Amino acid sequence: MGRVKTIARRSFLIGSAAILGGVAFGVYLYKRPVENPLLADLAEGEASLTEYVRITPEGVTLITPRADKGQGAYHVQAALIAEELDIDLDQVTVDPGPPSAAYYNTALSGEAPGFMVTDDSFGANAMRTVMDAAMKIMGVQITGGSTTVADGWDKLRVAGAVARETLKAAAAAQTGVSVADMTTDRGAVVLPDGARLEYTALAEAAADIDPVTEVTLKEPGDWRYIGKDMMRLDVLAKSTGTQSYGIDFEMDGMVHATVVTNPRKGGEMLSFDASEADAMRGVQAVVPITNGVGVIADNTWRAFEAARMVSFDWGPAPYPAEQADHWAALEAAFNDDQLDSQYRDEGDVEAALAGGATVEAEYRAPYLAHAPLEPINATALITDTRADIWTGTQVPRFAQEAVAEITGLPVEDVHIHVLMMGGSFGHRLELDVVKQAAEVGMAIKGTPVKLTYSREEDTAHDYLRQIAMARVKGTVSGGQVQSLDLGISMPSVISSQMGRLGQSVPGPDASIVQGAWDQPYGVPNYRVSGYRAEPLAPISSWRSVGASSNGFFHESALDELIHAAGADPMEERLRLMWDDNSRATLEAVAEMSGWDGPQMGQGRGRGVAFCLSFGVPCAEVVEVTNTDRGIRIDKVYAAANVGRIVDPINFEHHVSGAVIWALGHAISAEITHSDGMTDQLNYDGFEAMRNYQAPQIEVRGLELGDAVRGIGEPPVPPAAAALANAIFAATGQRIREMPMRNHIGFV
Amino acid sequence: MKLTVDGQTHEVDVEENMPLLWVLRDEIGIKGVKYGCGIAQCGACTVHLDGVAVRSCQTWAADAEGAEVTTINGLGTPDAMHAVQEAWAEHQVAQCGYCQSGQIMQAASMLAAIPNPTDDDIDAEMSGNLCRCGTYPQIRAAIVTAAAKLREA
Repeated sequence: MGRVKTIARRSFLIGSAAILGGVAFGVYLYKRPVENPLLADLAEGEASLTEYVRITPEGVTLITPRADKGQGAYHVQAALIAEELDIDLDQVTVDPGPPSAAYYNTALSGEAPGFMVTDDSFGANAMRTVMDAAMKIMGVQITGGSTTVADGWDKLRVAGAVARETLKAAAAAQTGVSVADMTTDRGAVVLPDGARLEYTALAEAAADIDPVTEVTLKEPGDWRYIGKDMMRLDVLAKSTGTQSYGIDFEMDGMVHATVVTNPRKGGEMLSFDASEADAMRGVQAVVPITNGVGVIADNTWRAFEAARMVSFDWGPAPYPAEQADHWAALEAAFNDDQLDSQYRDEGDVEAALAGGATVEAEYRAPYLAHAPLEPINATALITDTRADIWTGTQVPRFAQEAVAEITGLPVEDVHIHVLMMGGSFGHRLELDVVKQAAEVGMAIKGTPVKLTYSREEDTAHDYLRQIAMARVKGTVSGGQVQSLDLGISMPSVISSQMGRLGQSVPGPDASIVQGAWDQPYGVPNYRVSGYRAEPLAPISSWRSVGASSNGFFHESALDELIHAAGADPMEERLRLMWDDNSRATLEAVAEMSGWDGPQMGQGRGRGVAFCLSFGVPCAEVVEVTNTDRGIRIDKVYAAANVGRIVDPINFEHHVSGAVIWALGHAISAEITHSDGMTDQLNYDGFEAMRNYQAPQIEVRGLELGDAVRGIGEPPVPPAAAALANAIFAATGQRIREMPMRNHIGFV
Repeated sequence: MKLTVDGQTHEVDVEENMPLLWVLRDEIGIKGVKYGCGIAQCGACTVHLDGVAVRSCQTWAADAEGAEVTTINGLGTPDAMHAVQEAWAEHQVAQCGYCQSGQIMQAASMLAAIPNPTDDDIDAEMSGNLCRCGTYPQIRAAIVTAAAKLREA
């Protein structure tokens, strides 16, 4: 395990710190004399403590700083630490920890703009390092980008190993037995005579000794958790109604609240009249907040009911009021002035198309809401000296800064307590509810207030998945795809999202072409151009971000060309593919599905699609039947390569859920605007997939290569294209727009 | 008014038309019952009224008077789970888990009426319960397991 030793030597100095009668183990990041410019990731002399293991005489706590939105993040982080610490998961407490710059996310920058994930060149790695340093400077403690496992794979295992070895050193100091003669077992150091010294009993001694600075990680053959079927830590609570979420938080003296803000997102409130609401039972106050009001009552329903009775005079929407104008803005962006990136331009596309295109088509993907089932909420308690916020958030550090600004308190007096989330899909990257809770809390200082959005308010103010368009041209000859020219137009997600966090991001927005420009195909003449449309309705990261629309565009377009060439969709993709792990992923799904062409007879058809996103190649085959009640999705096969699978059951469920997520939205979901307002406000207008529509899903995880990646998002981008390609095989109808039910019926 | 919830009687002072959901959550403090949509589109608030699944967001407090209300927290506990809850745990159905209280209550109600449900029965009975994480295949598998457990019991 020379590699991990090297990591520990060159960029980690392992340390411990005594805390409140116990000991905390972690990882010091420490600047060493620079040998390699790629390691220039911290300022001279800078040290930053990260805590992952806390041991007191009462128990062992594992710190899991990536937020749990339902993806099992707490479990997977705890398993990585516990594997090396050598302790059972039922012996530990899991705590997400406080917001801290020490928990910055190193893996988010894995996808450096302008370099393919498969590109391991110096230039690509240098760019990744620059991005990495920027994330560190910003102290970005973000959960997102399918990075929890990628970020924690080395970091958390090393932290567990350091804690284990330091506990052994403490036991050696106490007993005189040599460390070499000791072992560890389920939360205890075991001496040669079999005597067990529990970690909790060693806490005090461990706090007094120098931590072990070099550790060796377990060989994969010795793993007790990684790669083994595990029971997720939250399963029992979530099967018995005893899991507490943000919306369930309660404290003595707490009051309830909701908000109403301008339904024209970001528009001002010119005036309001709360006289009717004020007189309703249980209503304590209606207070103005940014762009709206907070309604405070003694019960959530009474707050909702009173909120309906407040009348408003709203300002206009700061974006086009009608949906047609949003589409027009995207159409208008296909021009040289709005060309944002052209990371891929191979061969001579202009020459290849000079004789006319074989295929020329236009694709569209609508705005979508995140709509996690738990409506967003936050509880605030503001006093003159400190602020406490209890909420489910993916960005606790930004939340802390936002509350400091609103309350005028120093950042260190703002305490963010991250609670379990009932889904997110990117929704809880936004901070409106935290800011509003702070504003309402300021109006009733000293009284804790839980702010809950109604479903309608939540959907109306969702920062949507980007609206997107693509224009494709291509040629074929000799039974092969010869050229593919793909232009994609959308507003910049990153600029909209980071702008709300007060950050400006210069240069092209790689998410405009994410999942399209970076595909491992060797089409001879191949160009992907990103066009940045003007800012429209505010948008945000929606599970798989740019790739969520671009996977549909690229893989549908490629399928059209392959069909025009008269080639087999699977064989031609395999022929064009130059990345070994991507090819293996596609071969896996071909084998799983028994692929023998798109036609299955009797109104049935299958489609394949592939997308490399978030570093993960993922291939899917969808089988459909054209029934007299519409298209029925029968079966989906999905294969993905993540390098290492930590928890196989959770992996399978995650892939299966992501496929259902993607197909459900592709079939039926869209958000549109009229008079500046969102047209769909609840699950009657925006529901995605129901149980009866869910196909059978077969999943295979691959463990190829050195990089360890996350699986939350990568199964989303290929699914809609695989479905459209299957529908084409079954019916001859090519669907180029989502939601697909606007063009064909579904069972 | 008096409400009987999970075997206990509670005296509550609420409007007749306050949804049972909010009486349970904010007045009595039973948090396993979830708010998702408020318009009977998601099923997260599902409870049993005299053993039958209802959407508590659409049930007035007054309508629950005199009935036995059972919530997820009364169906079983982590130490003494109902067969449906056991099956949910064995299959590790939950991802975010927010809809699962409602899914479990709907499944328990269905299995009481239809001990051996077909795929069509499951389609018909379970499709009113929305899961945004997409756990439907695991829900279906857990229902089959739970049905077997209940038949053996």
